[in-house]
Amino acid sequence: MAEVQFRFRDDEPVADPGVTVDAFGEQTNALAVRLEPGDEPRDLLPHLDRLRLVEVNFPSFGDGRGYSAARVLREAGYIGELRAAGEVLVDQIAFMRRCGFDAFAPEVPLDPADAEAAWSRYGEVYQPTTDGRTPIWGLRHGIGRRG
Amino acid sequence: MYKYDSYDQAMVDARVEEFRDQVRRRLEGHITEDQFKPLRLMNGLYLQLHAYMLRVAVPYGTLNSAQMRMLGDIADKYDRGYGHFTTRQNIQYNWIKLEDAPDILADLAKVEMHAIQTSGNCIRNTTSDQYAGAVADEVVDPRPYAELIRQWSTFHPEFSFLPRKFKMAVIASDTDRAAMKLHDIGIQIVRDAAGELGAAFYVGGGMGRTPMIAPCINPFVPIDRMITYAEACLRVYNRHGRRDNKYKARIKILVHELGKDEYTRQVEAEFAHLLTQQIEPPLAELERIKAQFAEPPFEVGIADTVDRSDPDFALWVDNNCLPHKQAGYIAATISLKPVGGIPGDASADQIRLMADLARDYSFDELRVTHAQNIVLPHVKKADLYALWQQLEAAGLGTANLDLVGDIIACPGLDYCSLANARSIPVAQKIGQRLAVKQQEIGELKLKISGCINACGHHHAGHIGILGVDKKGTENYQLLLGGCEGADTSLGQITGPGFDEDGIVDAVEKATQFYLSQREEGERFLDTYRRIGMPAFKEAIYG
Repeated sequence: MAEVQFRFRDDEPVADPGVTVDAFGEQTNALAVRLEPGDEPRDLLPHLDRLRLVEVNFPSFGDGRGYSAARVLREAGYIGELRAAGEVLVDQIAFMRRCGFDAFAPEVPLDPADAEAAWSRYGEVYQPTTDGRTPIWGLRHGIGRRG
Repeated sequence: MYKYDSYDQAMVDARVEEFRDQVRRRLEGHITEDQFKPLRLMNGLYLQLHAYMLRVAVPYGTLNSAQMRMLGDIADKYDRGYGHFTTRQNIQYNWIKLEDAPDILADLAKVEMHAIQTSGNCIRNTTSDQYAGAVADEVVDPRPYAELIRQWSTFHPEFSFLPRKFKMAVIASDTDRAAMKLHDIGIQIVRDAAGELGAAFYVGGGMGRTPMIAPCINPFVPIDRMITYAEACLRVYNRHGRRDNKYKARIKILVHELGKDEYTRQVEAEFAHLLTQQIEPPLAELERIKAQFAEPPFEVGIADTVDRSDPDFALWVDNNCLPHKQAGYIAATISLKPVGGIPGDASADQIRLMADLARDYSFDELRVTHAQNIVLPHVKKADLYALWQQLEAAGLGTANLDLVGDIIACPGLDYCSLANARSIPVAQKIGQRLAVKQQEIGELKLKISGCINACGHHHAGHIGILGVDKKGTENYQLLLGGCEGADTSLGQITGPGFDEDGIVDAVEKATQFYLSQREEGERFLDTYRRIGMPAFKEAIYG
């Protein structure tokens, strides 16, 4: 499994390897789960209180199901680590952060300067997500993200 | 029309710099072509047979004269002096150098334009009615809603790696002039009995190798929930659309395989959830956008007649102009389909001339149509003759809107790496063969695609032509009875295909048979629908 290259959290990382979604339902003490593109993220919702790490696998960068999975989990109130793993490329990571990912374990490590540029490229955003950024329409009309 | 504020401008400026950086990394070998491909595609840059092709977005087909002039200048500066207007109301340039592409994007950004998401598996440029704001039959001007969608869909973090490309159209008239039901999502803005505005959602239409007409999954989404509903439609697709086979990856296959009812159920459940997430822009944002699409300052009490004493001009008026909602004005379509020409092509000089004419005669506005023509939406009738004379002098006065010479054709094997057959020469030959008869034939929408991907909309042509590869030679299938609009239907294949000359003969036979069979007032399509395929087949093959 690839190393975590970037992490935007202060808490202690979970050392446990993520188990599959099926195994997670049965192992009542598991803290970490690994989500494949075809897995249903809402299957995890009954267990959010004990989950500390969800690793979302991107077997290929073009398979965008993990973006929806991330938002579904964050929108349901998940606050643990959300890690993007697999074919995570520098031109995807800004989208991933907006969808709620806060840790990145790319198969091939990224150039840190390129990654930094990607994260800071766009000053503002058009859409609200759970990342807390006020969308442009909010800035135009003086509306904060959560009222 | 819509004017960028500092936020919109910063967004496209940042995109230029991002793409400049991506091209640099590619040219220096830091990223592979495989990794670069999705990045350049999301900036509309394709690698074609001979060169790079750049597709520039024209949101909902609306341009001002400065933008149009820039499109002409780009054609001169970076291409071979012409551009090609597309069925997505965009323009593409066929002879682009990779190292020039960032500079072109920078030039575009100067006039509030971009190439964002004109390709790739993301939400593409949203199209609309080319006569928006000019005709009396619309509920409202649909473009503010399309602009709202443009902003929502630009760099959408969740929907930039969809199973496949995603095309949306927004109309606000029962007369559907944007082929709305042949889109991944088609939206018709409607008013309910109480006078409230809402969005009817048609989801899962499309052409390509499996053409489908979108079913209506919700006839009235309140207007202040439209974006949330679209987000729900997209999320269900992004989660469950097929990714195992690119030919089954469009949303139409998902809707078809799940069934409309089950897909709708999932969307409604997601919608209920997303309503708790406060993702909908406030109505104040819609009002801000709407204010920028305010009516131009039409003059009132002016002459409402056209001097028809020049017969060539009168013919052009009858063919190419549409009544305007404002007395004294008319909407004029400039045909980019001269006899023997390449459908949708315009030279840099012609593009700049159209820009000047829009400035002088149409409140600075132009529209690109999905039929690859240009509209001057608000021309004073008193100015029409002067306008036409200038068009005529520049080879832009062809009087053939919606006639058989007004052919939609994809670039085909002359340019496109996906094509199986050439489209352009077939269009040219048909145009030449039927030019003298086209007035007699009347409305006949003929559409040609050079491969099964159907960029030339052959499924929706009254006569459609599909180029295929038959054991190494180009072969053309003939389809009849397709139609876009309120009564959308899909064309049916007549029978065995033809070679290049054979297809021209077959089209001529079909039109001759129509002329011999038509009843009073019938268009080609009406006659076909009345007497059916077997009779036409007999006439063509018999």
